[in-house]
Amino acid sequence: MSDATTTRPAAEGSLIGQRITKLDAPEKASGRTRYIHDMQLPGQLHAAILRSARVHARIVRIDTAAARALPGVHAVITAADLPNQRPIGVAKDHLPLKGDRVRSLRDEIAAVAADSEAVALAALRLIKVEYEDLPVVADAEAAAAPGAPLVHPPIAGAAAGAPVALTGRADNIAMRFDYGHGDVAQGEAESDVVVEDTFELHYVTHCCMGVSGVIAEFDARGNLVLYSNTQVPFLHKREFAEVLGMDPGRIRIVQPPIGGGFGSKLDIYPFEVICVQLARVTGRPVRLMFSREEEFLASPTRQPVRLTLRSGCRRDGTLTFRSVHTLHDNGAYTSWGATTPFVMMQTFSSLYRVPHCDYHTVAVYTNNPYAGSFRGYGNLQATFAVEAHMDRMAEAVGMDALQFRLLNAQQAGEVTGQGMVFRSCGFAECLRTAAERSDFVRKRAQYAAERDQPGPIKRGIGIASMLHVGGGAKIYPSDGCGTILKLDDFGHVTLITGASEIGQGSETVLAQLVCEELGLPISAVSVVNNDTDITPWDVGVHASRTTFIAGNSAIGAARKARDKILAAAAAAHDCPAESLALRGGRIVRAESGEPLVDLARFLRGLHFNERAELVVTSFYYEPPSVHQDKGYKGDVSAAYAWAAQVVEVEVDTDTGVVRMVNVTAAHDVGRVLNRLGIEGQIEGGIVMGQGYALTENLVVEGGRIRNPNFRDYKLVTAPEIPAMDISFIESLDGEGPQGAKGVGEAPAICIAAATANAIQNATGKRITTLPFTPERVYRALHDALPAPRPTPRVPS
Amino acid sequence: MSPTSEISFTLNGVHRRATVGLEMSALQMLRDVIGLTGTKYGCGEGECGACTISVDGKPVNACLLFALDCDGRDITTVEGLAGDARAQALAKAFVDHGAVQCGFCTPGMMVQATHLLATTPHPDAAAAQRAIEGNLCRCTGYRKIVDAIVAAGETR
Repeated sequence: MSDATTTRPAAEGSLIGQRITKLDAPEKASGRTRYIHDMQLPGQLHAAILRSARVHARIVRIDTAAARALPGVHAVITAADLPNQRPIGVAKDHLPLKGDRVRSLRDEIAAVAADSEAVALAALRLIKVEYEDLPVVADAEAAAAPGAPLVHPPIAGAAAGAPVALTGRADNIAMRFDYGHGDVAQGEAESDVVVEDTFELHYVTHCCMGVSGVIAEFDARGNLVLYSNTQVPFLHKREFAEVLGMDPGRIRIVQPPIGGGFGSKLDIYPFEVICVQLARVTGRPVRLMFSREEEFLASPTRQPVRLTLRSGCRRDGTLTFRSVHTLHDNGAYTSWGATTPFVMMQTFSSLYRVPHCDYHTVAVYTNNPYAGSFRGYGNLQATFAVEAHMDRMAEAVGMDALQFRLLNAQQAGEVTGQGMVFRSCGFAECLRTAAERSDFVRKRAQYAAERDQPGPIKRGIGIASMLHVGGGAKIYPSDGCGTILKLDDFGHVTLITGASEIGQGSETVLAQLVCEELGLPISAVSVVNNDTDITPWDVGVHASRTTFIAGNSAIGAARKARDKILAAAAAAHDCPAESLALRGGRIVRAESGEPLVDLARFLRGLHFNERAELVVTSFYYEPPSVHQDKGYKGDVSAAYAWAAQVVEVEVDTDTGVVRMVNVTAAHDVGRVLNRLGIEGQIEGGIVMGQGYALTENLVVEGGRIRNPNFRDYKLVTAPEIPAMDISFIESLDGEGPQGAKGVGEAPAICIAAATANAIQNATGKRITTLPFTPERVYRALHDALPAPRPTPRVPS
Repeated sequence: MSPTSEISFTLNGVHRRATVGLEMSALQMLRDVIGLTGTKYGCGEGECGACTISVDGKPVNACLLFALDCDGRDITTVEGLAGDARAQALAKAFVDHGAVQCGFCTPGMMVQATHLLATTPHPDAAAAQRAIEGNLCRCTGYRKIVDAIVAAGETR
């Protein structure tokens, strides 16, 4: 069903572009993989966390006496037991255990370590908390208004310059971004068409199949060993050192296989710090696992956004300007969600050629759940708005949706107003390919013409595009990854990489890249990637960067090893190293392919040679990208990924039910490395996008999550998935490993936008809020959907 | 000390006994008492299928079954599929078709699909999709799982 096109034949024997099965798939299919939930340490205790029963309240009193007295309880901790807690998170506004005030329903008040989970839970029920309710701010607009109750009110006597958690704030502003290039007033003056709409994007959450959990242990030397599902082990280690006041050299993070990540494990969370504190207090290993309900209540969400977009174009279809302002509900604490405007502004400024663009955004503290990073990182929200406007403007100037996009599409060699440089860019080819393979132009005209025919079922087709970083991202101070490669006497290679496997298949693709250089079968490699005491530094799994950054690092190490081997072989065979090659587990003459010696045999010989350094190290620091300047301008990624996706829907106008029938996706991935893996990433991303568009909704009312379970949250199930036709555009990026670019987030980004455009094509109705539930669509069909309130501007 | 009871049943082809709490689920018994961790906790309320086991030949969410009700039953978990030729062909198809990413839903999918192949040896895609509709997967988008199930049916 997923049919790859535009593929170039790989060289004879090459692994590139092949269907390489995942190295860890056999053990996972047999149920033998030991996830963090499956681990038991000798002498371990079980932890549980008491969370707030109130949305916003002062804590008057916490009585833990009965819990402490319960047999089997080893420790009960509250903020009072940890007088010098250090704040965590992106804005350092979050203390793991709350002592004087709870700001959201997930807030951690006390924690228990006990002989069993049942005892720990029983102990929680014995803890009495007396609250004094405070006014709840559950709406971002209300929170931004002057005189709104403060979520982090100023704390008297706080030291100047201390973090927000210790000083508080005089307002509810968590973060603010102001971006601009060109002159939007001039752009608007030059416009023949101007459109403005407000979009309101909802809460969704990651729903990793494996719930969150951590096991903390202080070993016999007093060093902290943390079994963690983090996506950023080295950043985690550093932050834990700060939070615990420990030497980072005494913190070791081990990452057991993980039941899904999708960005959810990019930050440090209170439960992790609390678990470590319990291990410290008890001197025993402590294991803390969420229930599914707790996972829904206490995990980060995708950032809910209100977004007002004003766009213009000339009569000939050329874009003139784009002006955006957004209001982000930050929730009670700041995690990565607040920084999603970094990515959103790239789509506003640079997905299409926009000569004048500005973007103003504020993230506001409320008493709602707080938002973190989630696959696509703001780009789903931004793309939803931009692509609605592309359709509206195309219609206004009488161009078809494809032509209008092609006219404004970025091309290779362009430098955008934001300073992004598109060295490789298959955007136009993505658009053409997705349109041709879906018969987009013909169907779109046909469906629009058929709209008024009798019968409840209306068909519609819509297109949307996306731009995302594909060559790492300069967000952190560095964007590197290190590799150690070890070759043994048997021609077996151990690849030790800083890059974490979170199910996405990084260990397989990295092994593949190494084997390609060394002329070895994939079975000749084992990968070590889950222990900070062993693996070299890496910034973490984020920004679709692992294949690009860790891949380049792995290739660097493999080439070093290859050069050493060939130099030694050249000396032994008295010929130039350039005339030799590694193929099929042998050293051969490059031109004729004549085998000289088995690699394993030769490596054994090298071990008795003083030049034998069969451990090589390499790194990929830094990719050719730069940090943004103070105006958010700069070429932050070494490569950019592009895609166009066409969605075809059936809308039942009697019920409002939208069925996603077909998705035709064309992705500029630079180059296909592992065809099986990349298809899996794209299919999974499409269906995640389908959930965002049609079914998933974390209902938050007055700070309370109303549906913390799978039954009411509604993930997409197998019978609902669309037929998927996937094409790969190979733009062969000059910096990418074998020409590849990152693709992890890309496929989820524009599905909702294309679905909105398809529903419009089917019904004539433009819906600007998500998800497209039967009720919402039915209301829209009957003009009973309230228009979203314009996004308020928050003055600085 | 909460009351316990001793039960006996067949687990993965071997007759055995276990002492279980009255409120314990079959999932807790398998994971915490017996130590078979292939069966996963995903939600504990019968919504995700990660804990699917076979009870007297029928797929069941182990989280919704009392351990006590395993008494006298014939239970197969993902670990027990190792001796089943049809399930092994399915496991190979899961690997070959890229049906595994994070792998957390995979054991439940394997048990569910093995049951399908036992009752419908050559399912088409629609039948495979229906069979796994109670098994959630967040990584793959299901397509490759369906492909694997159909392919396993075709090869036999």
